[in-house]
Amino acid sequence: MSTSTPVRPRPEKTPQRPKDQASRARVRHGAFDPALLWESLPEAFRKLDPRLLVRSPVMFVVGVGSLLTTVLALTDPGDWFGWTIAAWLWLTVLFGNLAEAVAEGRGRAQADSLRRARTDTMARRQGQGGEERVLGTELRLGDRVVCEAGDVIPGDGDVIEGVASVDESAITGESAPVIRESGGDRSAVTGGTRVLSDRIVVRITAKPGETFLDRMISLVEGAARQKTPNEIALNILLASLTVVFLMAVVTLQPFAVHAGAEQSLVVLTALLVCLIPTTIGALLSAIGIAGMDRLVQRNVLATSGRAVEAAGDVSTLLLDKTGTITHGNRQASVLVTAPGVAEAELADAAQLSSLADETPEGRSIVALALARHGRGERSRESVEGAAWVPFTAGTRMSGVDAGSVRIRKGAVGAVTGWVTERGGTVPAPILGAVEAISSGGGTPLLVAEEREGTARVLGAVHLKDVVKEGMAERFAELRRMGIRTVMITGDNARTAKAIAEEAGVDDYLAEATPEDKMALIRREQAGGRLVAMTGDGTNDAPALAQADVGVAMNTGTSAAKEAGNMVDLDSDPTKLIEIVQIGKQLLITRGALTTFSIANDIAKYFAIIPAMFAVAYPSLNDLNIMGLSSPESAILSAVVFNALIIVGLVPLALRGVGYRPMGAEQMLRRNIAVYGVGGLIAPFLGIKLIDMLISLIPGIG
Amino acid sequence: MNESLADILAVSALIVALVLVHRPLGDYMAAVYSSTRHLRVERWIYRSIGADPDAEMRWTAYLRGVLAFSFVGVLFLYLLQRVQNHLPWSLGFDPITPDQAFNTAVSFVANTNWQSYSGEAAMGHLVQAGGLAVQNFVSAAVGMAVAVALVRGFARFRTGELGNFWADLVRGTIRVLLPISVLFAIVLVALGTIQNFSDIQQVQTLTGTDQSVTGGPVASQEAIKHLGTNGGGFYNANSAHPFSSPDAISNMLLIFLILVIPFSMPRTFGRMVGNVKQGWTIVAAMGVIWLAGVIAVTVVEHQAPGTASQLAGGSMEGKEQRFGEGASSLFAVSTTMTSTGAINSFHDSFQGLSGGVLIFGMVLGEVAPGGVGSGLYGMLMLAVIAVFISGLMVGRTPEYLGKKLGAREIKLAALYILVTPALVLGGTAYAMANGDGEEAMTNVGAHGFSEVLYAYASASNNNGSAFAGLGANTEFFNTTLGLCMLLGRFLPMVFVLALAGSLAEQRRVPVTAGTLRTHQPLFAGMLVASTVVVAGLTFFPALSLGPLAEGLAT
Repeated sequence: MSTSTPVRPRPEKTPQRPKDQASRARVRHGAFDPALLWESLPEAFRKLDPRLLVRSPVMFVVGVGSLLTTVLALTDPGDWFGWTIAAWLWLTVLFGNLAEAVAEGRGRAQADSLRRARTDTMARRQGQGGEERVLGTELRLGDRVVCEAGDVIPGDGDVIEGVASVDESAITGESAPVIRESGGDRSAVTGGTRVLSDRIVVRITAKPGETFLDRMISLVEGAARQKTPNEIALNILLASLTVVFLMAVVTLQPFAVHAGAEQSLVVLTALLVCLIPTTIGALLSAIGIAGMDRLVQRNVLATSGRAVEAAGDVSTLLLDKTGTITHGNRQASVLVTAPGVAEAELADAAQLSSLADETPEGRSIVALALARHGRGERSRESVEGAAWVPFTAGTRMSGVDAGSVRIRKGAVGAVTGWVTERGGTVPAPILGAVEAISSGGGTPLLVAEEREGTARVLGAVHLKDVVKEGMAERFAELRRMGIRTVMITGDNARTAKAIAEEAGVDDYLAEATPEDKMALIRREQAGGRLVAMTGDGTNDAPALAQADVGVAMNTGTSAAKEAGNMVDLDSDPTKLIEIVQIGKQLLITRGALTTFSIANDIAKYFAIIPAMFAVAYPSLNDLNIMGLSSPESAILSAVVFNALIIVGLVPLALRGVGYRPMGAEQMLRRNIAVYGVGGLIAPFLGIKLIDMLISLIPGIG
Repeated sequence: MNESLADILAVSALIVALVLVHRPLGDYMAAVYSSTRHLRVERWIYRSIGADPDAEMRWTAYLRGVLAFSFVGVLFLYLLQRVQNHLPWSLGFDPITPDQAFNTAVSFVANTNWQSYSGEAAMGHLVQAGGLAVQNFVSAAVGMAVAVALVRGFARFRTGELGNFWADLVRGTIRVLLPISVLFAIVLVALGTIQNFSDIQQVQTLTGTDQSVTGGPVASQEAIKHLGTNGGGFYNANSAHPFSSPDAISNMLLIFLILVIPFSMPRTFGRMVGNVKQGWTIVAAMGVIWLAGVIAVTVVEHQAPGTASQLAGGSMEGKEQRFGEGASSLFAVSTTMTSTGAINSFHDSFQGLSGGVLIFGMVLGEVAPGGVGSGLYGMLMLAVIAVFISGLMVGRTPEYLGKKLGAREIKLAALYILVTPALVLGGTAYAMANGDGEEAMTNVGAHGFSEVLYAYASASNNNGSAFAGLGANTEFFNTTLGLCMLLGRFLPMVFVLALAGSLAEQRRVPVTAGTLRTHQPLFAGMLVASTVVVAGLTFFPALSLGPLAEGLAT
């Protein structure tokens, strides 16, 4: 394995980012439609089932409190206060359920359309006795099925014969058909997609009910949702806070009796519900579901919430150079003429010789001659009497023969051999240019001609791997977030270094084999770093499985898709960066709402404590700094605020807290200011406002 | 000199002294606990107790050591009191009753030093010097050992080993507590504190009445009483007694002794985890809360309303003329926020709001700066919670000093923070509900309630000071407060050591730009806020019915 030395990006002044770049850097918000609240109401009622409620200790306590206050109200039916508190406590539970139902509801619509794709496809199974028609659900692992134009592919599998264009819009939403062919890295097909042309034979690789589509449906529905490690830890913390407040409220009664201000159970329950962290308790699962949903909206499927969370923790990103950092094809950028050759002559020869080269490199030479050197638009048909020599991997040359003139363009070694064979030489300046191009990370090609028996080199073409625009800024952003980027490439070290410098990645791995990749991941993980990578080939599978976040491209092989813990339906490797941001956003949303929830309690005390005890100790009226109108109204206002804030924060929970890449210190400062200080102030205003409204009701104020 | 200026100068001088000393002392303690060499006397001790000081212990073994040692300590102290009439230097005192002996034994082993007896009128010299004073050393050393074990949990990677309890215990006693105590005992003697083994002397006072004056090894006990944040006085009047603390200078010295180890241990922590700045965060959070308490109580005491107070220039009831409100307030806050529990004035007589601050200082969990060792581990447990919430807010799985805080770590920290509210509120509620609380009060209404609340806050947090006024030498209080002290000391240690074991097994998470910086002022602020808010929310209702109701009424 070659060297892998860190590359310091050149310090540069912050470039003006194009608009779409700026909006990409910021994680987009998910959609939130208020009508969903209404639609999800029946589901919210269904979730009142205590067996479901108990999963969130906080909401379970609220549920018990609601029941208790209702029973108390029944024993004293004339007490409007008891009834009102009971009603609002039920609403608190309901609002919590509603948040979860809304989050799930957004996935359900998507699941429905997916399910339509799954229904009852017939498969043409190849058996010993020829073909038979069976239901798609009866297919077993290893079955071979035939699909022709117009057929829906009955299950996940690999193409083992033929090539076809496939419409995958059912799962990717992308209407342009894709090519699927046997062998290579584009062999995987997904059940539920439709063959548009040709005929393929598919070997089934997934059991019915466990296909990609099935997994996707259960994922977007949230049915397969398990609590993630951070969610479990947070739940423990919330449970312990609930116990603390439970103790504070339960022990309060003997103290109150001593003070001569015995409290009714209704008031104590109201106090308890106000104190325990209901806001985050109610929204916690909605936040998790919504996080997965945000990924789905970006056409990324994660097999577990754990993977999404891990994405937020990633500190090393392995990015394939080709397709991720560069456009993936080398393009001609400069023509270098040999001594005594005119530029126009070289451009002309380069273009002509490349017409028979259908590779992207060849096309780029034609385009360069056209754009930069004013050669006319030419195609093979427009040149008369020419014998075309197409590019092959064996000759590594392409060219054209027209009478006594033969032009060749190709790899330095191949063209040098061709010229030398015909008695020509490569001039020293060209050798120098070739050397310079190589050391700069480019690929040199030579253009030569044989005219009337004399062979000579006309010049060199500089092929460059073009780094995608805006990559350097994105890597700088990642660096600010504390994420190191490592470029993986099959290029030699020199080329790799040049591109790494240009793209601004932190490190590179040149001449990488799958084993090298694996070793790099292991090394990073041994240092305690979490690694994310993308991959599509079968040989990427071990590394995808080893990485903490392995994103398989949907175009890739099914082995790769199995090994990774996410699949990107768009097959866009740069999306890894967005995935990391979504993971972070998920954690931030939880932390921010926890802080908000706890900070809220301070104001509630200032409402409830004077209401409870000012009768016994008038001095405690000094704590009524909000000037709430009456004890009942004060307690009710706190309870109402506590319930309404849940609904108010549903959009935030579903969208996630706004996230911009920045350092930890800056981010903490911002979030403490918004959700800590904001959480402190908001309830003072909210409770006062609700109290003013309540006091307008006759008989209360 | 203006009185406020005098107070400011006194506090400033104290802070300067602590700042100067914390560094060498903290570094010294880090060296002591990291050393591989044994002193000859230490080797002799290890041989006699059959311990191998170089054997590394996992958290369970470490915990077994702590519990076994403490259990034996309780048993020994209990028996010593029960049979003291048969022992030499008993001064003719009767054996202590079973409930009081249990209470006292637990109290001293748990580093609480709650005293339901009057030292000079109940305990002979042998019990005082051979039993209680010994525990003053070793109970403090146990606290430091547990703190050091937790620090090792943070400092070590991929091992379950936390050091050796017996080595930590012996070293803490021999190399840290003993030398400093001896030094300051001599200084105290020079300042006028008594040190003898005399019998009770009968003297005739100016008014012609007889009075028994008990002498004893006061200076030596006074030094460790403060240095080890113990607080159990030789005399009932504790450090208000002129034989204990003769003047303002000795008073300041005692306050310094209370604070010096707790404020130096964060430095030890920083040294041992290889980043002294991490220690600064902890010490800054401790210092901010402590200073805020000092300022609050001093201001309230100075501005006490009422004719008597106005004439005296402040609230002087229950305070020594030779100290004044400033030094009394400083002492009161320092003793309640360190789990010391020594007093130089009667906390019962403080203004309502001041009493609230003192109780609040205790129910924070004794972390600002807390007891020797217990203050550091308490603050680190709270830091784990603060890191968890802050860590989520920066978008990563929370990590502290390169350790991930997952479900297991949070569970242990959460259990830790449950102990104090459960014992304080549970105990107080039990006492109030079954009538024993009201019976023991010497005041009515809010103030009476504060007395009971204070007692349980003090015992559960191993402070040991009393609000006075509460007749707590009853079987009920001796038993329930004894249980609070026992559970309040050793339950948290279980969680601390379990957390230490879990942390030590982890591998290191490297620091990146996305990592929460726990050595920055912002995090120190977050730590202060979460400490104060969580304790505040828990105890606000109880405090509102006691100190707040009383304080706001004036």
